[in-house]
Amino acid sequence: MSEQQPSPAGGPKVKKFMIVNRKAPYGTIYALESLEVVLIAATFDQDVSLVFIDDGVYELVKGQQTKGIGVKNFSPSYRALEDYDVEKLYVDRASMDQRGLTESDLLVPVAVLDAQQMGQLMAQQDVILSF
Amino acid sequence: MLHIINKSPFETNTLDTCLRMAQPGHALLLIEDGVYAATKGSAAEERVREACTTLKVYALQPDMDARGVTGKVIDGVTLVDYGGFVDLAEQHDTSHSWL
Repeated sequence: MSEQQPSPAGGPKVKKFMIVNRKAPYGTIYALESLEVVLIAATFDQDVSLVFIDDGVYELVKGQQTKGIGVKNFSPSYRALEDYDVEKLYVDRASMDQRGLTESDLLVPVAVLDAQQMGQLMAQQDVILSF
Repeated sequence: MLHIINKSPFETNTLDTCLRMAQPGHALLLIEDGVYAATKGSAAEERVREACTTLKVYALQPDMDARGVTGKVIDGVTLVDYGGFVDLAEQHDTSHSWL
């Protein structure tokens, strides 16, 4: 486990949180719930990383238009994450390749990692929440 | 770190993704429907045997017992009870309950 950083201004201890996203955005509620958790963790000044693996990479695809299905399009929220100091977004290269996607298809800048890099990053976390 | 999988390898690709990312020395605990991956003769057997060469692989015995597959456990997979589950969680700094 990483050394915990000192608490900001006497607040709670900072932990390294990894939010793992492996579901496509509208078929289930997981992707939206994951975003809620990210924003909560960021509100408490935690060190948050988001990773997108398997169908989770579909959450970041540009050009989502949800009017026709009557569901809120929450994809713009990913672009707002940097306002919450959430800037660590990682995408699994194999998952992207399998789905015929490249970084230019995504609505935010991300770091693309291979499986080994992703596994190493995972092992450095204090808390991992899977969605 | 400890990876925990609770889905059958025939239902989701979670096991495959986990095995791609798990690093040598990590632990993998199969629980609930995840225990089917630890049975001989399944299409997942080869992947689990391979995993056993770099990872420590465990399966939760009460879940294997409940499913009638304890006798088919793959050599190299260690059976644990609920106490063992707690020990594993305690021994590893990071755990990931894959969804």
